[in-house]
Amino acid sequence: MDFRITKAQEEFRKEVNEFLKKELKEGLWKPTIDAWIMTYDPAFTKRVAAKGWIGLTWPKEYGGQGRSAIDRLILTEEMLRYGAPAACHWFADRQIGGSILKYGTEQQKKELLPQIIKGEMYVGLGMSEPEAGSDLASLKTQAIKQGDYYVVNGQKTWTSGGTYMNYLYLLARTDTNVPKHRGLSEFIIPKNLPGITTRPIHDITGNEAWNETFFENVKVPKDCLIGKENDGWRQVMEQLAFERSGMERLLANYPVFEGIVQFARETKSAGKLLFDDPSIRQKLVQLKVEFELGRLFMYRVAMVIDEGRSPEWEASMSKAYSTTFEQRLAAVALEILGLYGQLAPESKRAKLDGLAYHSYLSSKGYSLQAGTTEILKNILATRKLGLPT
Amino acid sequence: MNLSFSEEQEILRKTARDFLSSKFPKTVVKELELSDSGYSPEIWNEMSQLGWMGLSLPEKYGGTGMSFLDQALLIEEMGRACMPGPYFSTMIFGAYPILDFGTEQQKNKYLPEIASGKTILTLALIEPEGRLASDAIETRAAANAGNWIINGTKLFVPDAHIANCLLCITRTKDIIASGSGLTIFIIEEDRKGMSKTLLKSLAEKLCEVTFANVNVPEDNVLGQLNEGWNMVNQILNRAVVAKCCEILGMAQQVLDMTVQYAKDRKQFDRAIGSFQIIQHYCADMFTAVEGIRLSTYQAAWRLSEGLPCIEEIAIARAWAIQVIEQILGLSHQIHGAMGSAIEYDLHYYTRRMKASELTLRNADFYSETLAQAIP
Repeated sequence: MDFRITKAQEEFRKEVNEFLKKELKEGLWKPTIDAWIMTYDPAFTKRVAAKGWIGLTWPKEYGGQGRSAIDRLILTEEMLRYGAPAACHWFADRQIGGSILKYGTEQQKKELLPQIIKGEMYVGLGMSEPEAGSDLASLKTQAIKQGDYYVVNGQKTWTSGGTYMNYLYLLARTDTNVPKHRGLSEFIIPKNLPGITTRPIHDITGNEAWNETFFENVKVPKDCLIGKENDGWRQVMEQLAFERSGMERLLANYPVFEGIVQFARETKSAGKLLFDDPSIRQKLVQLKVEFELGRLFMYRVAMVIDEGRSPEWEASMSKAYSTTFEQRLAAVALEILGLYGQLAPESKRAKLDGLAYHSYLSSKGYSLQAGTTEILKNILATRKLGLPT
Repeated sequence: MNLSFSEEQEILRKTARDFLSSKFPKTVVKELELSDSGYSPEIWNEMSQLGWMGLSLPEKYGGTGMSFLDQALLIEEMGRACMPGPYFSTMIFGAYPILDFGTEQQKNKYLPEIASGKTILTLALIEPEGRLASDAIETRAAANAGNWIINGTKLFVPDAHIANCLLCITRTKDIIASGSGLTIFIIEEDRKGMSKTLLKSLAEKLCEVTFANVNVPEDNVLGQLNEGWNMVNQILNRAVVAKCCEILGMAQQVLDMTVQYAKDRKQFDRAIGSFQIIQHYCADMFTAVEGIRLSTYQAAWRLSEGLPCIEEIAIARAWAIQVIEQILGLSHQIHGAMGSAIEYDLHYYTRRMKASELTLRNADFYSETLAQAIP
């Protein structure tokens, strides 16, 4: 047992830290809470790629660094803490590369992984549909094999990064005559194939967070299939475990925690610092305890990955916990800010650069995407605790 | 980073679990709870033969020289078994303080006796005010011709009724500065002027101990004169981690019992565990228990390694206190009326987990520690 990171890992954290500080100092970007998913900055992605920090855990033979999941977690922690604009490569780095590694053909690995690693391949996620949310397996988008192609027809929604991405991950039905879980397949397709159109969806903060993506007789070359035809459900469940580690939610909001603590330390009410008000102090301590617990859950996910297991239940626990925490964090922050909590980031007199305001609004969506809290609790109860379905 | 126990530790866990489940079926737990002594000298001897009394004591004092983490793991299993008796008191409130602060002479005198199972120890700390703070210690020790004369009343002393030795914190000097002027004495056997009354409590065997002109030789001062509160702080920090381990064992057992009940119990022609609301209750309990596990192991490991750990201890304790009521509440809700029946096993855990929340330092103390640690 050892709860510490290694000396080399501490050094690595320092290196990432210095890189990000330098970027900030040069004014190359402005930190924001959801920059990892909202801010597309191809030049930043290129600079990260030049450091060798995309595909950090992938084998060297495909251009990766062959490093541990803990190393990657350290990198990710710092990216999130600094609010770095990493959206271009985020999904490909977090989950798609892993899928290609595990299920892709040798040719796919040699072609696709280096492109991701170089920071040139941005992959959006096409899973949910208007009628297939938590019941993802009931999705209707079809990919029907015709000769050397699959012909895709249907609609995806909540497609992350739809506008900026040059590739799409697509989960589609390849067999309509079998039970719903058994007829799905995974594809990674170029976004510019004829017949694909997208329409942005703006979230509650006003940001362009997702897209609707329409497929009309899109001819997808058959070598875009990842893994086995009709085995997509099992494959995507594993991919989702990587998406669900929970670290984004916990750490993307760290600036809100830091900000509200600083506010409480600097702001007086009735002649007394807010931080010295026992009820406010107690709330901040509570957040500190819950944040540290979240961090332990998150580190355990990375450790399970390093042990070579799929962190299915650990990631479900981490994500459900973290999204619940972030919602409480934002709510408590607004409560402490009081009337100022209402002021938007761009408003005159806004506190904390409007971070708490933004976090409060955006946090409502995160206990839904990538597995609702309810679905995650179902996973814990049925697949880990063995309760009957 | 690595969160696994070693192979030896896993063997220790398995040995402990097998032994404890065979020796402490709930019929035995019940019998011991109802008895005045609260423990079984026969099983105590068997535990001593397994080497558990000297588990983390150095070999030169008759122990086996294992780490605090090993000790913590054993205490976790004892929590899981709901084991009654003075093991926690003897090890955490007796053996460790003497090992950490005793003179060589004191260590040679007491530790082998503990390791061989002959001495039961405890700590007399709290007083009738019920407040755990240095300025709440009013029991006095006055120097008198090479001896110390102790007067006062201690309350909530665990296992004092069967202890043949206790550590007692007393005021030896009137100093206003907080934490100063307090001294710990080792008080052997029932000295003249000492009286013990067993209180009837939720789960533990707690006593009132009064001292009326109790005479203690000056060799029995533990650690430095007038610096006892620093030692109390260290004793309590270790005790809190050990208590979290005990809570972890109990909480895991409560979760296991609850999940099993949800699988077995049928209503509306199906197992109640197939209802999503019950599944989500179980998932919430599971998350709470895993939180205790990770935060407790983190604190126990750091303490065992001698690394700074006050913040980690505070987090583990604060989390455990936060979720005890949630775990118990959900467990009882899922168990239905059966959970409230005295013939069913759940109440052993309900009472002990609640008692473990009320004892030692509460969340407020660690809140303050954490408030200082916030960036």
